[in-house]
Parts: sequence; C-alpha cells; structure tokens
Amino acid sequence: MRYTITVLVQNHYGVLSKVSGLIARRGFNIESLAVGVTENPDISRMTIVVDCDENGVEQVEKQLNKLIPTIKVRVLKEGAYIARELTMVKVSCNAKQRAEMMNLADIMHARIIDVTATSLTLELTDTTARTETFISLLRPFGIKELVRTGISAIELGVNTTKK
Amino acid sequence: MTGAQIVLECLKKEGVSVVFGYPGATIAPFYDALVCDGTIKHVLVRQEQNAGHAASGYSRASGEVGVCCTTSGPGATNLITALATAYMDSIPMVALTGQVRSDLLGRDVFQEADITGACEPFTKHSYLATDTQELPTIIKEAFHIAATGRPGPVLIDLPQDTLEREFKGEFVYPDSVDIIGYKPRTAGHSLQIKRAIEAISKAECPVICAGGGVVSAKSRRELLKFAEKLDIPVVSTLMGVGMMPTEHPLYMGMLGTHGIYSANYAIHHADLVILCGARVGDRAMSKPDQIAKKATIIHIDIDPAEIGKNMKADIPIVGDIRNVLKNLIEKTDELKHEAWVNDLRKRKADHTPVFTSIKGQVDPRNFMRTLSEIVSRHSKAILVADVGENQIWSANNFAFRGGRFLTSGGLGTMGYSLGAAMGAKIAKPARQVIAVCGDGSFQMMMCELATLKQHDVAVKVVIMENNRLGMVRELQDKLYGGRYSGVMLDGSPDFVKLVQAYGIPAEAVGDDDEVEGAIERMLKSSEPYVLVCKVAADIPSRQED
Repeated sequence: MRYTITVLVQNHYGVLSKVSGLIARRGFNIESLAVGVTENPDISRMTIVVDCDENGVEQVEKQLNKLIPTIKVRVLKEGAYIARELTMVKVSCNAKQRAEMMNLADIMHARIIDVTATSLTLELTDTTARTETFISLLRPFGIKELVRTGISAIELGVNTTKK
Repeated sequence: MTGAQIVLECLKKEGVSVVFGYPGATIAPFYDALVCDGTIKHVLVRQEQNAGHAASGYSRASGEVGVCCTTSGPGATNLITALATAYMDSIPMVALTGQVRSDLLGRDVFQEADITGACEPFTKHSYLATDTQELPTIIKEAFHIAATGRPGPVLIDLPQDTLEREFKGEFVYPDSVDIIGYKPRTAGHSLQIKRAIEAISKAECPVICAGGGVVSAKSRRELLKFAEKLDIPVVSTLMGVGMMPTEHPLYMGMLGTHGIYSANYAIHHADLVILCGARVGDRAMSKPDQIAKKATIIHIDIDPAEIGKNMKADIPIVGDIRNVLKNLIEKTDELKHEAWVNDLRKRKADHTPVFTSIKGQVDPRNFMRTLSEIVSRHSKAILVADVGENQIWSANNFAFRGGRFLTSGGLGTMGYSLGAAMGAKIAKPARQVIAVCGDGSFQMMMCELATLKQHDVAVKVVIMENNRLGMVRELQDKLYGGRYSGVMLDGSPDFVKLVQAYGIPAEAVGDDDEVEGAIERMLKSSEPYVLVCKVAADIPSRQED
C-alpha cells in the first residue's frame, strides 16, 4: 500500500541524503520525495511516499524518528490530507493539433507554459490519480519529456504538523 | 586558541583521559595540541580499526564514552569496521577523524574520503565540522548523543583548517544541549507497565530474555532482583551473557542457534516472554513468530524502533530498562514458579555435557571452564571473546560471577578482541582482562602486540590454535559436503616465537592436564602474556551436536 509521510527536519547540510539513505538501506522503496523549506527557515519539510505494508510503514516512521535532525514524523491518514504534485510535459504538437490540445488542457485545468511550431509544454498541479489520467491522454500525441515533482501534502482542517 | 586546542579542551571537559589513535597529516594539529597540553594520554595503535575497538572496549568496561582519532582518507576508512561493530552493539563512542581543508572538499585531493557519507549507516550521528566556532557545541552534542538513549558511535570529521583556525572570543563549554529532534524517552509508559504487571501475574511459565540493553542501561542488579523477586527464569542473548551469574539457579543459559538446550527450551515453552533490551536477532531467535504464537511478549527497549521490528510485541514498553525494571520490582508482589523453574533446572543439569579430555589436545570448552574457576579466585575478570568458535566456547563455558563479557555480538567482527581488551584494561587496570581468540582472528590483529608492549597494557591473550577457520569449516561440513574451501591456515607462524619477538612472554599448552598451571602463570604475570592452546581440529562450537 502507498503511504504518505510528512517529515520535519532541521534544514542542515546532508539531511536529505540521511533520510533517503536510511529508507533505502532499511529495504523500503521511495515512490516520491519532495522537499522544501517551511515557514521557519531552519526547518525543511519532506513529503515522502513509500509503498509497503503496515509493519513497514511503522518501521519507516520509527527509523526516521531516530535520525537526530528529524524533528517530527507523521504518517498521514487516508482522506485526512490533500496531496498535489506539479507536472510539466513537453508534447509533440503541430499547428493542426493545437486546438485539440488547448481543449484538453482546459478540461484538465492544465496551463500551457511554452509553445513552438512543433511542440507544446503543459503544466498541471493535481492529485497523482488525475496526473496519471492527464499523462495517458497526452501519450497519443507523443510525449517528448516529462517532469514530475512528486507530491507535497498538507493536512485538511486546522490541524498542522509542527514540532 | 586554535580549533585543535578547543577540541582538546572540550575533551577534557568531558572527562576524557585517554584517546586511542593513529596520526596523519590532516589530524596533525590535534596531535600537536595533545602533546603540548599533555593531560590526555594517547595510545598509538598499529592499525586504525583497533583504535576504534579499543575505544569501544574502553566504553564497555568503564561505562564512559571512549574516544578514538585517525587521520583523513585511509585512516578514516580503516576505522569504519570498528564503527560498524560499535553501532551494531550500541556502544557509545566518539570518533574524531581528520579531513582535508574545507576549501578542497570534494576535489579528490590526497587522502580525501567522504567519511561522514561512508559512515552514515554505521553511526548514530555524524558531523562535518567546517566552522571552528561551532566546535564546542558539536563536541558537547556528540558526547550527549553517543551516551544517551540507545547509545552508539558518533563521528566528528574535522577539516584541517577547522583545527588550525583561531577560535574567536572566549572559550565556554556549553552546560547543556538542546537538540530539537532528540529527546529520548526514559520512563516507561505507565499504562503499558500496568498491563505488563497483569500479564506477569497471570503467567505460569514466564521467562526473561536479557540482551545487550541490560548492559547499556547498567541494570544488572535490577535484572537479578526482578528475576528473584518474581521467580522468573532468565535466558540471555550473546550480548547479555554475564549479566546473570552463570550458576544462578534462575539462569538457563544463552539461547539461539549457538546457545544451549535449556535456554532454547525455556523460550519455546514459555507462556510469557519478557524481552529486556534484546533486539531478537536471527542468531538468538531464528523463528520469532513461533515463539510469539505461544507466548505473550513484553518488549522493553529504549529504542522504539526495536519493538515490533523482528517480533510482534503484545506489550511494548519504551524506556530505560533500569527505570522500567525498578518500577516493575516496586509494583509487583513476590511470585513463585516452582514447577516451571525446577523443570528447566533439571533440563539444564541433564544437558550440561562433560567433555572427555583427549591426550595431547586441549579441549577449549574444558579450558574455558578451568579458566573461569581460576579467574574467579583472583578478581572479577573481563573476558573479551573474538568471533568464531572461540566466541561460542567462551559464551557457553565460562562461568560469570560478576565479571563482564565483551564480544562483537551484532556485526561478528573477527579481530575485535585484542583492541577491545586493550581498551578495557586501560579503563580497569586492576581487573584481569583476558582476550580469547582463534588463530584466524589473532592473525587479523597481531600487530597490536606492539601496542600492548609499548604502553605496558597487561592484557592476557589466549589463542585457540587449530590451524583452521573453525566456524566456516563447520558450515562447510554441514552444508557443503565437507568440501573445505579457503579455511586452512597453513603458513601460520610459531605463535610463541612470534609473541616472544615482541618481548612479551608466551607459552603453549597441548594437553588438558597442563592447562591449570599455564593459566596460573598467565594470570600471575604483570605484563601482557600470550597462551597458545593447541586444540583439536574437530571440536564443534555447539555444546551438543
């Protein structure tokens, strides 16, 4: 099963490699990892998606907690958080196809961020599921390049993950 | 003051009196500060790995944080095995490594190695100290992290310019640390303790499994009191050997693949297992699920990640074992489990084999029994076992009566014993410190004889010489049709002559009848001493085969 884990860490040199190295060497697969600084510049937040069983995610959580630069670890509960990822796709697209592509972008709430005579670059911020749909719709046009950030997640309601 | 002097002052503030190490160019500023100041003793080992084992042995024997230092590059990489050994056995130590100047980092200059990166899996924490001003905070934190919670090794990588630069302002060593994400829990959860007490009161066949955590938590006395008050038999893992007196009526021995029958019987027939600082390693319990199916599991550990890692726990108690046991002792009434204990005691007695002496050979198991008899007349000895058959012979046949057993239980590092024994002897000079090794492990570390001689460290070394890597040979007998591959140690030297070349007294024994006198002579010696035992080739590691 896929679990989304949010981790607050000290914004120090080498922390990202400590976290990713730990998860890898304990035998878990990272599906995605996104990291960025928080409202407090000394603290970064990572959103990590791992694919494992329930015991596995418990171990990941406990092992992450053991790292000295780790401040807080939380496994987010299904349905209690919002997750988004940013995707940028460069597709083959000639003048004839452009209208169809714009229509598709409109339906999916994607933005066109670059255009040439033979290509079009789109940007989408959405859930992983909708992102997958978007990509599958673009595939017939010929995807030249695909860039995904991996998801960032935040809890629903007034709850926050803080120290 | 320079950064190097700051490091030295910080070590003094931490009460460090000895550093095990090997110098080199990048760590040279620190070595200069050491010699100019003169208060901290430096023990020059002959290979960096042994500096790490010595610091670890020092930690284990003294209960303080041992310190080792090496230079950058190969000096630091040689240390990795010792750090990994200490990490697996949760030994607190601080390793200082030199590093190339910080403006050269990442350029693959002479003797550069990314040691903080390389040691990531083997250290509790590490620092790359690029700012001289941060040294006091880093060192304070390093010692705190090494010694608290689940102990472990901490690495501080010191670029040469950090050591050479002048420290600005007045040197003040911090009184306390404040690490936002590091607050180990020491008191057990009261609700879980209540559940544990209830489970204990209901159990008919309870057993305590004592692991290395009992040693780290310095809770030997509490363990004994807890077991005696509630009349619960105790088995131990390799790391827990020596915590219960071997001949105590409640002690059923070491469990696991290389343990003894009564201990394994106890754990497999118990209806309640109280794990105390044991991580349920595969060598201790190869099928933890089978045990958990029959018994309620109470797991006490300072490290929450150990609970549920290898075995499902019904009652998890995260906390310092000493605290938790004290709490349990206070809150429980005396119990009796006469039938269960007597059954186990009978099984232990029935399965204590007598090993018949064979003329012209030393039986290593009889040797260990005789050694423990004689040693206990002298002092509470510290026995350091290496890895291989010698480790199992030691664990199963040496009777502990208050002494200590040090060994590389987790990583199983051959060549551990001499360095560790050296550190232990320096920590406890009044105690007999005996290193037991095989002729394989001895040859991995025999360069350290010079260190013993140079620093007059009176470690007693027993070499079980059988001219083969016995443990692997056993494996090849069992699983590979007796096809011996790479296990013969032909070409080994005459160990007595070799040791004597260092100016260290040595003798060899080749018969059980000669053992007692030889041990007496060895223990009487005020110098380091090596006793070579000519043991038979086919003596198994297990007590009963």
